[in-house]
Amino acid sequence: MASATADPTTVRSSRKGIAAGDPQRSSRAFNRICTGVLIAFSLLWLMPLLWALDTALKPNSETAALPVTWLIKHPTLDAFRSILGQGDIWHWYAASFIISALTVVVTLLTASMAAFALSQLRFRRRGFAFGFIMAGIMIPGQVLIVPLFREMGAMHLLNTYWAVILPQVPTAIAVFVFKQFFDGLPHELEESARIDGASTWQIYRRIAMPLTRPAVAAVAIFTFVWSWNNLLWPLLVLSNPKLMTIPVGLATVQGNFGIRYADTMAASLLGALPLIVLFLFFQRQIVEGIAGTGLKG
Amino acid sequence: MTTQIIARPAATPRSKKVLDSGRGGRPALGFLAPFVILYLLFVIGPALYGLLMSFFGTSLVRPGLGTFAGLRNYAEALGSSDFWSSLWHTVWFTILTTPPLVVIGFVFALLAERVSHGKWFFRLAFFAPYILPSAVMALIWVWLYTPDLGLISAALAKISITAPTWLGDPNWAMISIAIATIWWTLGFNFVLYLAGLQDIPRELYEAASMDGAGRFQQIRHITIPLLARTTTLVIVLQVIASLKVFDQMYIMTGGGPNFSTRPALQYIYDIGFTDYRVGYGAAASTLFFILVLAVSMVWFVMTRRQERQA
Repeated sequence: MASATADPTTVRSSRKGIAAGDPQRSSRAFNRICTGVLIAFSLLWLMPLLWALDTALKPNSETAALPVTWLIKHPTLDAFRSILGQGDIWHWYAASFIISALTVVVTLLTASMAAFALSQLRFRRRGFAFGFIMAGIMIPGQVLIVPLFREMGAMHLLNTYWAVILPQVPTAIAVFVFKQFFDGLPHELEESARIDGASTWQIYRRIAMPLTRPAVAAVAIFTFVWSWNNLLWPLLVLSNPKLMTIPVGLATVQGNFGIRYADTMAASLLGALPLIVLFLFFQRQIVEGIAGTGLKG
Repeated sequence: MTTQIIARPAATPRSKKVLDSGRGGRPALGFLAPFVILYLLFVIGPALYGLLMSFFGTSLVRPGLGTFAGLRNYAEALGSSDFWSSLWHTVWFTILTTPPLVVIGFVFALLAERVSHGKWFFRLAFFAPYILPSAVMALIWVWLYTPDLGLISAALAKISITAPTWLGDPNWAMISIAIATIWWTLGFNFVLYLAGLQDIPRELYEAASMDGAGRFQQIRHITIPLLARTTTLVIVLQVIASLKVFDQMYIMTGGGPNFSTRPALQYIYDIGFTDYRVGYGAAASTLFFILVLAVSMVWFVMTRRQERQA
């Protein structure tokens, strides 16, 4: 099956074949106008990021000088150096990486196991179990902050990474994505494995999981990005600056930067860097994952 | 090929044999347990606890539920002008962001679909902001909006327009946050529409153009009706995401100036964690939850109807 992006080019040529003579020329001109408009807007869309980079490469004094200009008189990496040298951001990186990675691992394991049971195993009240878990999609985590905070306090988990990780794990949407995949698996594989004496766990581990790599990739990427960007909940449970994640750290210390605009932008860009790298590597999976399931944080 | 499976999961349920996991279904229980335990502990449990709390005068700094309050918390929230104005700010933000995000996302996708080369560039340009953490996006826009020194005010000054103080002006603060948000999340809708456009059979356009239908007629009578399901999805996801807005206001304005941008979630946050009145905060959360649930239900009914028509 051809990929979605390859499709329209072949079709476009056939469309060209139909419009003959004059309409073809006007169509080409129209397409050129469309492209022009689109290029203008895409440049406009890139502007804030480019301006952030431009600012971060200036000395702090230059960013506060008038007139405002894109020109950098004395390009420097001082802002990046000072942010990386202060040390805070390393703590934030560590916290974000540990929290996001553990969230991903625990989510992948628990959600895929639950989905495997819901899709492949027979047990009483299976329909009820599925409905019960899917009801979680309706409950936005944000409405739970008040009781969850007390619960975390009672469990003595405040100011630990677990306070952030554990509530991030049980997301019904991850179970849903895995179940869609397991539902599509051919059953002959499992039946023959069963005849060969494989246990349920072996079927899950050695047959089902290796066949669902795309689901694993999609759930892993989205869980990672979502966890990395989460602000409200980590902000509540992590008050120790050494435990803060990137968004919490940036939100909390933004006032301390004052008019050191270059430093602020350098810190912001450094905070987004891992996600930018992730995006460049997995652009296709991310974009097509959204197009297919409409995942939204 | 592999990603294609993500894009179009097998939607049609087919009759199939299900593995018999023994009479007691014990393996199934073992497979479900890890997820279900976490789900009960951190979703269902807190949801029920919050509901319970909303009927009590619970305080953050005292243990236990506190005194029974009946429906007093709910009555107080429904009678509180602060609650209603924060809810209005959330709704106002939703109104300001949803229509532009849907329309611009659709138009950009229409334009991008005609481009034969370099589609990746447009996808990168429009989608890249979406993966930024809210904190990063907010700090970049606070800098862009800075009076005098910010790029936007400076650019407007070049063409002799005196810019407002954006985030500092109660009349402009919410609009400024909305513009920043449109920049941030447009890519999501753009990608959804681009995928929707590629599912429309070309033959329809070809037949229409043979019948003499112009470009705009084709868009009006083919593209827009066939994308109705995508549009419903985009609008609902957009509305639900907008109702949950918190991050942008928290960082860009702190809910100010003079509480003019404080959204519903920040009201709950302030009540619970600044005033320590978690019982009342839980009641406000419940009311907010009902609002989100109502929107989800509207979507559910609309998709059902569209499916029946299709």
